[in-house]
Amino acid sequence: MTAPSKPGPQTLPRQSATFDRHTIAEINRAAATGIYDIRGGGAKRKLPHFDDLLFLGASISRYPLEGYRERCDTKVTLGGRLAKKPIELKIPVTIAGMSFGALSGQAKEALGRGATLAGTSTTTGDGGMTEEERGHSATLIYQYLPSRYGMNPNDLRRADAIEIVIGQGAKPGGGGMLLGQKISERVAKMRDLPEGIDQRSACRHPDWTGPDDLEIKIEELREITGWQKPIFVKVGASRPYYDIALAVKAGADVVVLDGMQGGTAATQDVFIENVGLPILAAIRPAVQALQDLGMHRKVQLIVSGGIRSGADMAKALAMGADAVAIGTAALIALGDNNPAWEEEYQKLGTTSGAYDDWHEGRDPAGITTQDPALAARLDPIVGGRRLANFLSVMTLEAQAIARACGKSHLHNLEPEDLVALTMEAAAMARIPLAGTDWYPGKAGF
Amino acid sequence: MPHSETVDLASVPLRELHEQLHGLPADTHRTSWQILNPRGRHAVAVGLDAPIRVRVRGHVGYYAAGMNQKAIVTIEGNAGPGVAENMMSGEVRVLGNASMAAGATGRGGLLVVRGDAGARCGISMKGIDIVVRGSVGHMSAFMGQTGNLVVCGDAGEALGDSLYEARLFVRGAVKSLGADCERKEMNEADRATLAALLLRAELSEFDVRDFALYGSARSLYHFHVDNVSSY
Ligand SMILES: Cc1cc2nc3c(=O)[nH]c(=O)nc-3n(C[C@H](O)[C@H](O)[C@H](O)COP(=O)(O)O)c2cc1C
Repeated sequence: MTAPSKPGPQTLPRQSATFDRHTIAEINRAAATGIYDIRGGGAKRKLPHFDDLLFLGASISRYPLEGYRERCDTKVTLGGRLAKKPIELKIPVTIAGMSFGALSGQAKEALGRGATLAGTSTTTGDGGMTEEERGHSATLIYQYLPSRYGMNPNDLRRADAIEIVIGQGAKPGGGGMLLGQKISERVAKMRDLPEGIDQRSACRHPDWTGPDDLEIKIEELREITGWQKPIFVKVGASRPYYDIALAVKAGADVVVLDGMQGGTAATQDVFIENVGLPILAAIRPAVQALQDLGMHRKVQLIVSGGIRSGADMAKALAMGADAVAIGTAALIALGDNNPAWEEEYQKLGTTSGAYDDWHEGRDPAGITTQDPALAARLDPIVGGRRLANFLSVMTLEAQAIARACGKSHLHNLEPEDLVALTMEAAAMARIPLAGTDWYPGKAGF
Repeated sequence: MPHSETVDLASVPLRELHEQLHGLPADTHRTSWQILNPRGRHAVAVGLDAPIRVRVRGHVGYYAAGMNQKAIVTIEGNAGPGVAENMMSGEVRVLGNASMAAGATGRGGLLVVRGDAGARCGISMKGIDIVVRGSVGHMSAFMGQTGNLVVCGDAGEALGDSLYEARLFVRGAVKSLGADCERKEMNEADRATLAALLLRAELSEFDVRDFALYGSARSLYHFHVDNVSSY
């Protein structure tokens, strides 16, 4: 930069695109503290996503359905492959696993109430099953995680399905952490840990490694629960073709695929932003694996990671998923990051929409906390109603799109209904670039 | 000795065995069972939840007696990985050797291994008591949360790595201690705990004074820059 004393035209101060303000602040923070940044939420960087796809409505060559007259079904059955009691959901959107510990008891209750009103399921998380959520969730999926906190056969038997968690989109290959501020007496007791310590949960299951062992583990869980419960296997998106194929081979009834936009309660920022695939890039390889094994629609595929609306859901279904799961959007529906708390976000040095220090347990909205006073701010009945409304809007939106594409069930949406806006999206989703019949990798450009 | 009911896995499918055993009420009179021809089958006698005695006459594969509650299961042979994994209560006795991850994540009850146990014995233990007459492999009691691990022989590398509050009694040599695991002074109460466990395990031939106690140094309980090389 030129010295200001010099006469004549001056060079404007210019921020570096490489060393931008955020990067400089992060280097300063790291230099001062010596520890990486831990936060909640999913990837914040811009990634190829469902926004890069559009639907082609019907016109002369396709026949639409009458918006308010003709049915567009939304039901989905999960787990019919080997389980005696598959799950029936009214809508193909479920609530993803979020732990009690990360979330307050009231938040878990609100999720249960909302999902039940809307006719769908909720999922436990890394911390065991609480009465709040079992009591208020008509359909509850019980996670079987590497930490095995609170794991017990009685809860396995009172769950409606079991989800073996291999990984999460926010941190494929990473374990969990829950910092001391949130290890309240109740959380500590449920996890058999001392109160107030920084808890690390393992990234690998303690009693098996690899796909052959997984098959045996699934057999054990089925034997314990009398082959009644559907077994889900959840993976973070990294090598979806092989991971989904191996999960199916190991005997999963349902596979859950979580992209890198997927939220987490607390993980290193570097992990969230730099490991894994955006969900857009992961769905087609996963569907391909199911098709190659003759298992598409027999083993259901649930996808998650940045699903925000009925449009996102419809696009995921059109690409071959059977259902979607939401975490972050459900928390926002409950009131997370709501501008109503702006003053308090400011006091925490942040602003509504950007608040992600969920691990610190000081959430003004009372959702990601174990502080009784803060947690009391969330009324589970009101929260549940808001979530049910949101789920209902998502469904109506997806139906509006599906009818316009002439589909009498959301599952009839297909890749052929989509076009891509960018080369990246076209390549990742194997959907033709808008206005062409070509996508990268397909011959004949 | 009450009349023992017999299930022969050479002819009865595993699912039927479990249907019978899981259907038993808490006050059942059918308290004595034997399982023939396990032949290394996985998931034998899992999810039991009644005060019954089960003798498995042979070797078993993975996860034998997994998630056991109340039952006393004796395996007259060797056990594969994860024997008595996540046990809640009751007892599991392995008369031969046990493979890796014996008693993993167990939350209660007693696991006795008369032979040796492999790597990661008592990994993520959450309240179970484990007594091994022989030696245990590497990474035993990794991330052990609560409960007691008694080893009458030697322990492999990295014993008690990243330990929480589980307590480890070892009579023989410890190849190395894992991060944040340290030797502790044994007091009267510790000696009483150990003596009681040896008695229950029918291993009173060992002298409590020959054991050393290991536990968590608790230096990794809170993230700290100076500890990063230990994580
Ligand atoms: C607060 C919070 C806690 C979570 N806890 C768990 C967990 O315990 N187990 C798990 O498998 N995933 C957990 N997740 C990930 C979600 O199950 C899900 O994969 C993710 O939220 C989906 O992406 P989305 O947030 O963009 O909808 C958590 C996510 C959040 C936001």
